[in-house]
Amino acid sequence: MDIAKLTIDGIRSGLKAKAFSARELCDAALAFAEAENPKTNAYLLLSGERARAAAAVVDAKLARGEEAGPLAGVPVAVKDVIVTKDVRTTCGSRLLENFAPPYDATAVERLEAAGGVVIGKANCDEFAMGSSNENSAFGPVRNPVDLERVPGGSSGGSAAVVAQGTAVVSLGSDTGGSIRQPASFCGVVGVTPTYGRVSRYGLVAFASSLDHIGPFGRNVRDTAALLEVIAGRDEMDATSAFAPVPRYAQAMTGDVRGMKIGLPKEYFTGLASETGDLILKGVEALKKLGCEVKEVSLPATEWAISCYYIICTAEASSNLARYDGVKYTNRSADSATLAAMYRNTRGDGFGAECKRRIMLGTYVLSHGYYDAYYLKAQRVRTLISRDFQNAFGEVDALVTPVSPFPAFKLGEKLDDPLAMYLSDIYTITGDLAGIPCMSVPCGETAAGLPVGMQILTNHFQEAAMFRLAEAFERNGGVNAA
Amino acid sequence: MKITEEQVRYVADLANLRLTPEEVSRMARDMESILGHIDKLNELDTEGVPAMAQVLFEAGETATLRADAERPTLPNEAALANAPQSGGGFFKVPKVIER
Repeated sequence: MDIAKLTIDGIRSGLKAKAFSARELCDAALAFAEAENPKTNAYLLLSGERARAAAAVVDAKLARGEEAGPLAGVPVAVKDVIVTKDVRTTCGSRLLENFAPPYDATAVERLEAAGGVVIGKANCDEFAMGSSNENSAFGPVRNPVDLERVPGGSSGGSAAVVAQGTAVVSLGSDTGGSIRQPASFCGVVGVTPTYGRVSRYGLVAFASSLDHIGPFGRNVRDTAALLEVIAGRDEMDATSAFAPVPRYAQAMTGDVRGMKIGLPKEYFTGLASETGDLILKGVEALKKLGCEVKEVSLPATEWAISCYYIICTAEASSNLARYDGVKYTNRSADSATLAAMYRNTRGDGFGAECKRRIMLGTYVLSHGYYDAYYLKAQRVRTLISRDFQNAFGEVDALVTPVSPFPAFKLGEKLDDPLAMYLSDIYTITGDLAGIPCMSVPCGETAAGLPVGMQILTNHFQEAAMFRLAEAFERNGGVNAA
Repeated sequence: MKITEEQVRYVADLANLRLTPEEVSRMARDMESILGHIDKLNELDTEGVPAMAQVLFEAGETATLRADAERPTLPNEAALANAPQSGGGFFKVPKVIER
């Protein structure tokens, strides 16, 4: 078996034909991950013991002739902001360096119940705040495509492990593009489902009204299979949706003739770049597959960055208040009084980006500023959401770039936080509206750097999104003849 | 918009966040540039637009409530297991009130 190229279907048939056991696959994945990790730093921890136990359960079921689940034996990596019982979960932060969660996230519980094997925890920006994975307290992740470049963020580790092949699929989280942008940078598929489609129970909160868990994979089918397993109502998350979860595989027919695709003009103005050229080439490929393409307008787009960075920092400043040296964090030594304990623990523990967002969030929520910032941003969020609803009255899906540029070099953008924030422009709107969106590989630049095409559909229309993405992928992607 | 170091220290105090003098001056610059961009929102008229507090309302207001049934909670030892300091079944913190 070539572990770096395995798919979920390939594992299923390999196990059935007894080409390998789940335990052999698990050991091979762990050994491969251990060998590769010094290059990329994509894993913060390999959970060998837990993985082997899960693989043993799969092998025992198969030996008894029982159904072992849709993810039987599949090696999965989990972003380190998603809690795993008794397996250290750091959120990429010094504050949680020794945190062993007392329970599993619902998504983890469900993927293991489906036979999935959690092989390790993936590195990420601290508390999922960043677009380059350079904000991890445990060192940056390097992009397996080019080790001098960032893998994107904040789910950089989750994208990198799938790109390097040490995991077949992985879980990431997305608040403003943290799944799609690293998927784009690493040349893999990354999916942000509808808000509420996947339970957030056990996802360490960054900005609760924007946070999503979603899958990464090397092909569309694998991400759809993982999403199908983790999606659905969970009574532990009151915002999780009741809507039934469709069988996504049935939607991926390859036939997208007559599908109406919208190109939001605000996303293409000023995009004279290799990235823009590749996306337009991808759009031509979709036309060849029989899609009808038209221009649409999302006029509130220009306000999206401001809206997003008010809402996400405000929510983050509240959510991060819990890291105070009392319940689960490290506590600073100089803590003679309660106030000193809070201030020093947080001052010592948080990295620069978390501090920046806590400060911005505290500022916009502080006395006298609530109406001007938070309330204003929530009204603008309504306008952004309405734009999408209007567009989906005309078309079935929207196609845009994921990022204005491909993977950049480590350190290149670290000194200018505003420039880093502005680069999120194409991905934050989907999170603000809560609609499903994904990145699917759309060719490479002349320098060999992957570029992702973003597909967005209306709430709970993941099936249509997968159908379009899979048809694109099946027919050669950007090179579709 | 100008953000002074004094404002930064005031907000850091609200956030219970100790910042070094270098961090304060860097923060003032970063916040000024980011808030300067954010302030563009004031150019947009949002009169009469409702605030969006939640993404989806897919059911009646009580539909997401589960049955009020008793069930096990996190055991005390598990809840305390990650605490930097605990004792007697409680989280321990520095003394708040002097006797």
